Amino acid sequence: MTLRSWRPWLYLLPALALLITFTYVPVGNMVWYSFHKWDGLDPVMDPVGWDNYVRVFTDERYWRVFLISLYYFVASFAQIAIALYFAVVLSFSTRFRNLFKGILFFPYLLNGVAVGFVFLYLFQPGGTLDTVLRFLGLGDHTKLWLGDPDVANLSLAGTSVWRFTGLSFVLFLGAIQSIPGEIYEAADLDGANRWHQFRYIIAPGIRRIISLSFILAISGSLAVFEIPFLMTGGANGTRTFVIQAYETAFQFRQIGLASAMAVVLLAVVLLLTWIQRRVLPDDEVTLS
Amino acid sequence: MIRRRQLLGAGLALAAAAVVPGCTGGASDEPDGDSGDFSGEVTGPITVLTNRTDLTDTALPAYAKTFVSKYPGTKVSFEPVTNYEGDVTTQLSSGDYGDVLLIPNTVAVDQLPQFFAPLGDLTELKAKYRFTDEKAYDGKVYGLSLGGVANGLVVNKRVWAQAGVTAPPKTPEEFLAGLQAIKDKTQAVPFYTNYKDGWPLSFFNSQRAIVADPAFNETFPADPAPWQPGKVLYIADGLLFDIVHAGLSEKDPLTTNWEGSKPMIATGKVATMLLGSWAVPQMRDAAKAAGANPEDIVFWPFPYQAGGKFHSRIEGDYKAAVSRNSANKPAAKAWLDWFVTESGFANDQQSVPPTVEGELPTVLRQFQETGVELVELPAATTNAGKEDEIIKESEIDLAGNIYRQKLVDIARGAAKGTKESCFAELNKRWGAAQSRVM
Repeated sequence: MTLRSWRPWLYLLPALALLITFTYVPVGNMVWYSFHKWDGLDPVMDPVGWDNYVRVFTDERYWRVFLISLYYFVASFAQIAIALYFAVVLSFSTRFRNLFKGILFFPYLLNGVAVGFVFLYLFQPGGTLDTVLRFLGLGDHTKLWLGDPDVANLSLAGTSVWRFTGLSFVLFLGAIQSIPGEIYEAADLDGANRWHQFRYIIAPGIRRIISLSFILAISGSLAVFEIPFLMTGGANGTRTFVIQAYETAFQFRQIGLASAMAVVLLAVVLLLTWIQRRVLPDDEVTLS
Repeated sequence: MIRRRQLLGAGLALAAAAVVPGCTGGASDEPDGDSGDFSGEVTGPITVLTNRTDLTDTALPAYAKTFVSKYPGTKVSFEPVTNYEGDVTTQLSSGDYGDVLLIPNTVAVDQLPQFFAPLGDLTELKAKYRFTDEKAYDGKVYGLSLGGVANGLVVNKRVWAQAGVTAPPKTPEEFLAGLQAIKDKTQAVPFYTNYKDGWPLSFFNSQRAIVADPAFNETFPADPAPWQPGKVLYIADGLLFDIVHAGLSEKDPLTTNWEGSKPMIATGKVATMLLGSWAVPQMRDAAKAAGANPEDIVFWPFPYQAGGKFHSRIEGDYKAAVSRNSANKPAAKAWLDWFVTESGFANDQQSVPPTVEGELPTVLRQFQETGVELVELPAATTNAGKEDEIIKESEIDLAGNIYRQKLVDIARGAAKGTKESCFAELNKRWGAAQSRVM
């Protein structure tokens, strides 16, 4: 009896131990730090109550950087659209489909540092992008892709789309392929064309994955770090919330304030996800 | 055998001489006491953390070999750290950070005693070493400099000569006129900011000696508005603004590259950069590699004179210290003393010798001959650590690049504002933080 009731926990133990040690304890620590003034070294932490949170919300420099996320958020719609398009096209029998699948997924396999450097050279004045534009006779349209503050965020968001389209693509493709083949056959017999098949079979069939993609897009665009950090270091108006938090923590050694920023970010992501779930409830999908 | 003992004794006497005032006796009996006790036999292994990843397999083991032949029985191993500041700061809080290491700049002066063993009294060590007060707290020295640098302009004098300038400009206006002449008469980029890598912008903070005020570091934290005409930061940051605003810097600052900038100045594609004297040998190496004349690269003072004279600040690079938790303090201390005084490291690196009587390297002798006074600015004592606190509180990274990048953005018209509005904003933020700290 006792053994039996313990057994499931025994199996769960390794997973739970790892989860608690490496996720919940650090998050707990972070919340604890966020109520203190601490430089990350001193043995003494001064408790400051809600001061750090007040600063995050009242000092313009901390919350303004959230606006930069909008670029990435808008870009993520393009990302989802492109990924969905290719996933649908490549789920039908297309010539060289495996090659194209590989090509689309490849950028996601590259590590972020490599992507950052590749695009840094691409965007240089007289770099690859400018050369290609000139070759196409569009030489007048070359810009300082990273140096011009009106374009810099678009360039970075574009890089991000290039990199993460592959991930969305694989998610969509997997979901589409789990739709049973007979349904298409039946649709064919009923005279449905490709658009009808997409509209009435595929789209409803992968709704959950699409909604998951939006959640990932929201949290991803709020937490952009790698690409702008590597390519511009947050200069020229491309500083995102996470870069700001990183600088606060590791350049200015205000671990407490930076923890408060991280907690705020977590809360914002949870809140947006909750709103999104309320607006688009997660119904069970049946295709019969 | 006896001879070896005597040798050891001599080494110890040297160590002890530096330490005696530091330990007030009896410390050796306490397991976690004052930690400033280095008595004991110099033997056994020590671990040295270093930021010079380029030397870990070449020059450093060679130094270690000489050290071991002087103190048989010791063994020195090096731990190269690429991202030194960040990684070692994290390591510090773990308690295990080797025996000898460079003090990361993230450690505030009042935290030094928590991590490092005191090497001796400031008054005592000051007579023998330079830059001792930079990492001193409460009258005790915690780190010794491995070599110092002078601050100023690295220039390609061939390009400057083409533009008709052969002597260092004496005022910011003269300097700007010179840069303009370079832009008009040559193909070279007059001034390279290295904006993307960022840290080269921090040298605008290293020009503190130009007004020849020896008490600068002491009085600076008491000033609520340091960006005002006539003050150092206004002169230095203002010059940066004017250079960029007049279009005398690189076209797209977002795609600069430090490694790439070395051959550019070496071959005359770039005329000027604001850096430390340590950069001169690197640029000359780049010139050799590119087949250009290394003698074109010279070091000029910052274009500002006080009392009819140039002043260049010399300051210590990283300071080396002995870990408070070292299990082999005698050997660690012996290595530190030997490395600073006898290894010849500073001269090999063309830096200002860490010992007072050491001779200046060639690059700096030539620099001095252009009529520059090398000035060592004493660290703040009553206001010790206050400047750091204001920096953290205001998030204006005086010793960094974040706000200067913003300044460059404004100057090149990529962000809203003017020179005056930018300095007013800086004064406001600095003043607010300063009133919270002081």
